[in-house]
Amino acid sequence: MTEFLTGLPYLPLLILATSLGIAPVIFVLDDAHARARTALNLSAAAIKVALVIWLSWQVAQGTEYSLQFEMLPGLDFALRTDPLAVLFMALSATLWLLTTIYAVGYLEKGPHRSRFFGFFSICVGATVGIAMAGNLFTFLLFYELLTLATYPLVVHRGSAAALKAGRLYLIYTLSGGLMLLVGTLWLSVLAGSTEFVPRGIVVDLTDDHAGTLQIIFVLLIAGVGVKAALVPLHAWLPISMVAPAPVSALLHAVAVVKAGAFGIMRVVYEIYGIDTAQALGVTGPLAALAAVTIIYGSIRALGQDDIKRRLAFSTVSQVSYITLGVALASPVAAIGALAHLIHQGLMKITMFMAAGNLAEELHIKKVSQMNGVGRLMPGTMLAFSLAALGMIGVPPLAGFISKWYLASGSLAENADWVIAVLLGSSLLNAAYFLPILHRAWFLPPSGTTDSRLPTRPKIGWMMAGPPLGTAALVLVAGVLANAPFSPLEWTRFIVSREYTE
Amino acid sequence: MTPETIYGATGIALFAIGLYHALVLPSALRRIVALNVASVGAGFVMVIAAWRPGGGADPVPHALVITGIVVLVAATAVALALVRALHDADTTETDDTP
Amino acid sequence: MIPQIDLAAIDWMLVPVLAPLLGAIAGFVLPRAATAAGMAGLGLSAVGSAAITAQVRTGAAPSTAIGGWEPPLGIVLAADGLTAAFLLLTVVLTLAIGTTRALTPAPARGAAIFWPLMLLLVAGLNGAFLSTDIFNIYVTLEVAALAAVGLAVLTGSAAALRAALNYLLAGMLGGVLILLGIGLLFHAHGRLDLAGLAAVAGSAPSDGIALIAIIAGLALKAALFPLHAWLPAAHSNAQAPVSALLSALVLKAPLYVALRLWVGVLDPATASGTVLGVMGAGAILWGSVQALRAERLKLLVAYSTVAQVGLISLAFGLSAANPAAIAWTGAVTLMLAHGLAKAAMFMAAGRIVEEVGHDRIAELDRSPRRPTLAQFSFALAAISLIGLPPTLGFAGKWQLMEGAVRADAWIWLAMAMAGTLLSVGYLSRVLVGFLRFDRVRGAVGEHQGWTLADGPPLLLAVTAFGAGLFATHIIALLAAGAPLGQLPGAMQ
Repeated sequence: MTEFLTGLPYLPLLILATSLGIAPVIFVLDDAHARARTALNLSAAAIKVALVIWLSWQVAQGTEYSLQFEMLPGLDFALRTDPLAVLFMALSATLWLLTTIYAVGYLEKGPHRSRFFGFFSICVGATVGIAMAGNLFTFLLFYELLTLATYPLVVHRGSAAALKAGRLYLIYTLSGGLMLLVGTLWLSVLAGSTEFVPRGIVVDLTDDHAGTLQIIFVLLIAGVGVKAALVPLHAWLPISMVAPAPVSALLHAVAVVKAGAFGIMRVVYEIYGIDTAQALGVTGPLAALAAVTIIYGSIRALGQDDIKRRLAFSTVSQVSYITLGVALASPVAAIGALAHLIHQGLMKITMFMAAGNLAEELHIKKVSQMNGVGRLMPGTMLAFSLAALGMIGVPPLAGFISKWYLASGSLAENADWVIAVLLGSSLLNAAYFLPILHRAWFLPPSGTTDSRLPTRPKIGWMMAGPPLGTAALVLVAGVLANAPFSPLEWTRFIVSREYTE
Repeated sequence: MTPETIYGATGIALFAIGLYHALVLPSALRRIVALNVASVGAGFVMVIAAWRPGGGADPVPHALVITGIVVLVAATAVALALVRALHDADTTETDDTP
Repeated sequence: MIPQIDLAAIDWMLVPVLAPLLGAIAGFVLPRAATAAGMAGLGLSAVGSAAITAQVRTGAAPSTAIGGWEPPLGIVLAADGLTAAFLLLTVVLTLAIGTTRALTPAPARGAAIFWPLMLLLVAGLNGAFLSTDIFNIYVTLEVAALAAVGLAVLTGSAAALRAALNYLLAGMLGGVLILLGIGLLFHAHGRLDLAGLAAVAGSAPSDGIALIAIIAGLALKAALFPLHAWLPAAHSNAQAPVSALLSALVLKAPLYVALRLWVGVLDPATASGTVLGVMGAGAILWGSVQALRAERLKLLVAYSTVAQVGLISLAFGLSAANPAAIAWTGAVTLMLAHGLAKAAMFMAAGRIVEEVGHDRIAELDRSPRRPTLAQFSFALAAISLIGLPPTLGFAGKWQLMEGAVRADAWIWLAMAMAGTLLSVGYLSRVLVGFLRFDRVRGAVGEHQGWTLADGPPLLLAVTAFGAGLFATHIIALLAAGAPLGQLPGAMQ
């Protein structure tokens, strides 16, 4: 018994416990104990960041923690901390801390806060579980948990519109989950395993079962593609924008869509292996689908007047950069894809938090109302502008780095059409973000009927700070891209595992 | 035609008559009676197994049939009690609502 | 001198039957002590069931001839992994339901008679699980059925009486069919023990009719579509703890017996498996559509039972049609999962009705009063019924679907998936209302209306939710004594 206890991988379990373990306590602490709840929530989030930093140090030294036990005959529940897992965990842990601070400020005095923060914690726990999942089966468990835990957050406002959006969200994500389930099941019967192994587990089966493997690939990608908002499975994302701003920020910029993108990486790299996937001829269609999504999302974003909906369509477009980088089957593009997983998260969460500040303090929810808001909320709009420029790909911001690597990768693979896609998308990014910046900074604050507009609102540090913090990270991740432990350096470390023999 | 066949056929016929009426009759009381008839038919089939050519009767089927009758009597009693209670409840309801 | 008691030497086999029976008699004679006698009977039965499970796990095959009388006149009780699993399910559910009942202020009607009837029910069910001959199974099933009817009428309303009468008549009809089958089998072979019948079944011309009659009787008692008409009214009009007992536990007994017969006695032919599968598919569709249309919470839960029995039947059919499939363990896991989740769900629904004051689904979200804890239990139970990971329902559904994939039975897989989506559809009708607040008049606070009685359903729901992580241990228990034969899928 003692051997069993000492053999447990405490560090990853603790990281899981900092969010899944505290959720029941948060549920129980009602608004009469709001201070205790906030203290618990923030300290757990801070501890999580510290633990993830420690873990990434250990992993960089070559340690790998793992936990495995049989759940069903022949199917293991497995957790493992490989560098790819650490990348995703670092993203979600950091942004969880910042978003929790933001959410405490944003939801001040709102109803059902213990429910909100409880499910919020479960979501982050599920994201960490997705990151650490050692096989597709475990990935599926946490993937479904994420669906379940995000639903109450999407419908948090409890209005008819929120419930309608929530229904659509459930229909999409649960259908996706069912496809993922069938794919996983079929794979486990065919391959006898669902373990994530660098360069895949199905290479021996390609001769006899190529057709079946292609079908399973479609099922799996459709399953994770729903969350990654691949066209035509993306419709839930813009509609879910009825959720409160912190939810849109963390979940629909980071946790949920990134879980999908992360799933695509795991499936392509560690179930099929990039060479096998290429041999099966499935990467080309995937790349094409990603390119269509990139352009389609950008074009739709152009037409949106609602700020959050414009951001949502921008997310649809930007997340597919990751898919595109994965599907191009080039190591350099893969670096771009992985870096974009982090960079896009930082940029988009900044913009969602800034949009939340505008809505909360100025009641501005539409782009057409944004004239002159830069003068009213300079800090918030500075953060927004930095992130928007990063999205467009202006050097030296984070978005430029990922786009650069994606472009170099596609050149190396002679996929010149990708350059056209990237250029077109960047132009479209500029077309839907620059007018916002122009309105915010260069037009006078007039044209609305709200009489309170001209006074500059007093905004608490809990709402003002986090977007500035993430905007600073956008800058740092770009400028210091070559420093050790930067997202870019870490992704090079990962790609060397997936590509070199 | 052996006595065994006659008894067996009678049992099956009784069962079929009972089953048919238990399914089609509208009144609960009649259905209860029909179920009893069917049950007697099933008991018939069982009890002819006690017939041993040239020897005494096998006691086991008798024990089974007696147990079956006890079960049936108990169930019938509960069913009749329910019919009675339902009748009372319906009467009260119609009394209450003028 | 302290008397030494050798625990291993005690014959535990009779305890799960006798202890509740004595508790029932004590509670009937002393109505004031009914609760104490009931809990004592259940507790003792729990100890016995746990001891039997321990014996089964060590590889022993415990069996006892009552009073030393051997068959054919005597009765033999025996246990294997399958028996142990259902004894444990009974223990967990009845303790939880009994505790809830003990913690709830006694309703005006039927307070004293509840306990004796419930213990009689437990004695009957445990008897059916432990019996080794089909006649004894018939008798114990009838005992359980009569006790269940008594419980169903405790509310005393005309609707409950009418529903219970239909329930009883359906049960009697099922019983008579089983009796005819037994008569034919005995007539042909002169024996009724399952092991002996397994060797000779099929050798006489009447065996086909006999087995069809028995399976039809069991299907009627288990409310398998299209023989389900009695169930929704009977289950939805009873008191909440009783609905939980009826739906979660009582229905499992005929399914258990059918499983025993199917695996242990019959030579499963493809045709019969397909029939079960078609009936199961019909049950899934019909039960789900009715649940989608139901206006009352408890009626919705009752119709979901019809659909879930269909899913279990689908697993039976798949296993019978494709003997290589591992769907047998899937079927049993689904039965256990449904037991835990449905008991939690009915009790939670009862608590919600108690707090809100009505059970009209469309108006639940108008109430400012939201019993959060009961809603949470209901939601967890719903997640297990839907079969999302990591619940026990998921473990069952996974095995069923794995069986279908291994057998290339894609239609069965599609049916299981359709059932999953439909269950999301009807259960989310209720769950969505828990989260809707725009139609409320008045202030809404957090954590309203929770009492100690919310504890047992929460525990059951959490168990149903988390037990899937340990499904491999449940499957290992089921394999003890090989009641389901060799399981090719589980062997790997």
